[in-house]
Amino acid sequence: MKDLLEKYRPLVAHHDRAVQAGVDPINLVNERVLSPSRAVINGREVVLAGTNNYMGITFDPDCIAAGQEALASFGAGTTGSRIANGTYALHAELERALANALNREHCLIFSTGYQANLASLAGLAGKGDTIFLDADSHASIHDGATLSGAEIIWFRHNDPDNLARRLRRHQGEGGVLVVLEGLYSMFGDRAPLREFVEVKKEFGFQLLVDEAHSFGVLGEHGRGLAEEAGVEDEVDFVVGTFSKSIGAIGGFAASNHPMFEALRFAARPYMFTAAPSPASVATALCAVRKLQAEPERRTRLMDNARRLRDGLKELGLRIACEEETPIIAVMCDDEEQVVRRWNALLQAGVYVNLALPPGTPGNSYLLRCSATAAMDEKDIADIIAGFAAALRMVG
Amino acid sequence: MSGREEIVGELMKLLEGFNVKKVPLAPDTDIPAQLELDSVQVMDFIMQVEDTFDINIPQHEVAEIRTLNDLADVVMKRKGA
Ligand SMILES: Cc1ncc(COP(=O)(O)O)c(C=O)c1O
Repeated sequence: MKDLLEKYRPLVAHHDRAVQAGVDPINLVNERVLSPSRAVINGREVVLAGTNNYMGITFDPDCIAAGQEALASFGAGTTGSRIANGTYALHAELERALANALNREHCLIFSTGYQANLASLAGLAGKGDTIFLDADSHASIHDGATLSGAEIIWFRHNDPDNLARRLRRHQGEGGVLVVLEGLYSMFGDRAPLREFVEVKKEFGFQLLVDEAHSFGVLGEHGRGLAEEAGVEDEVDFVVGTFSKSIGAIGGFAASNHPMFEALRFAARPYMFTAAPSPASVATALCAVRKLQAEPERRTRLMDNARRLRDGLKELGLRIACEEETPIIAVMCDDEEQVVRRWNALLQAGVYVNLALPPGTPGNSYLLRCSATAAMDEKDIADIIAGFAAALRMVG
Repeated sequence: MSGREEIVGELMKLLEGFNVKKVPLAPDTDIPAQLELDSVQVMDFIMQVEDTFDINIPQHEVAEIRTLNDLADVVMKRKGA
């Protein structure tokens, strides 16, 4: 019989070639984390310009204290699923706090954002239904759609007319779910949500928006793109994560649908995994309240993003998206250039995300940077200086 | 445009845009393997096919397609439906 791992030989060879250029990007270790914007990598202090720590809340003293308190009083882990012994007072409290923050009747939390998408898509849609996915959808959305057993139809990225054409051709008795993202993670571009809502009014599907990168970031109250675009009533289901603006780990799904709580006994990724650990839930709860109470964090984030984007553009770098967004993706020419630059940046004391095809829009080669509200002027100056040094080193 | 040969001809034209290595195309060319297309390029190609023929091809059917002949079968089935 065939060796199961044999099929990965070309991938392994590809990875080996990339590593020859220097540091192994997928086995990079933060030896110490000094703050939301500084860490020690390979024995050297670097500025972190590639986190999703938008609000810079990971070291907030109140969040840490809340986590420590929960760890001491509820223990290290839950040792069981939400539908068995895993639901603690904290889980219920976080669900209520999020429902309140999102202005939605119902909210479920999950152990990761990835699972929130698996549970939502596979819980909502099933065999006989159809899910329409944007071509740049996150892997967790694709995997959730696959798990659901529904038919999957792709439409062109951020193209409401293309979705409409596909809906017009569509025949079928089942339900139709369309999934969009608030901010797309690689380029940081928004879905044109109002235009998609117009298509929704014509065809009457149900709409889910993954606000993973936009929750806490967009909208007057940080409820995400749906709030910013003024179309919250037309968004049936909201999904999000605690791994970005909330600075913890876990995910959520929320809705006003009167039967939404059925997912608690219908969505397997909710039912058959352990409930998130107490410390994580408590830090998320603290962060949700902080973000509601401190809207100035959003202003600081966007100011920092603008300064970072302007500084990189002045170096002559090409940025993928011109919108006001905390994600700043530097476009490179090819794999060799992007890997060389990424290594030179590390040597110059700057960590960014290395993003390669096929996981990138249009098979682009990206040095993905993201701003955080926790960056100070020196952090931003160091990042820009690091890029300048890297360009001098390797072009 | 419903004859099989016309469909295969049209598909070949669309596929040329993805044929960077200029592999000679035949109805039994294994599209992803011989053209070395990754999953994103396959998706892009299929979306062009869908819009050209005004059909939807669900993902589970895409997964079964290897050759232009396979794809022509799907197009004919979907057009006839
Ligand atoms: C759009 C999107 N959805 C979902 C997720 C998954 O979130 P998590 O990291 O909490 O699993 C991510 C990030 O990883 C994401 O970018």
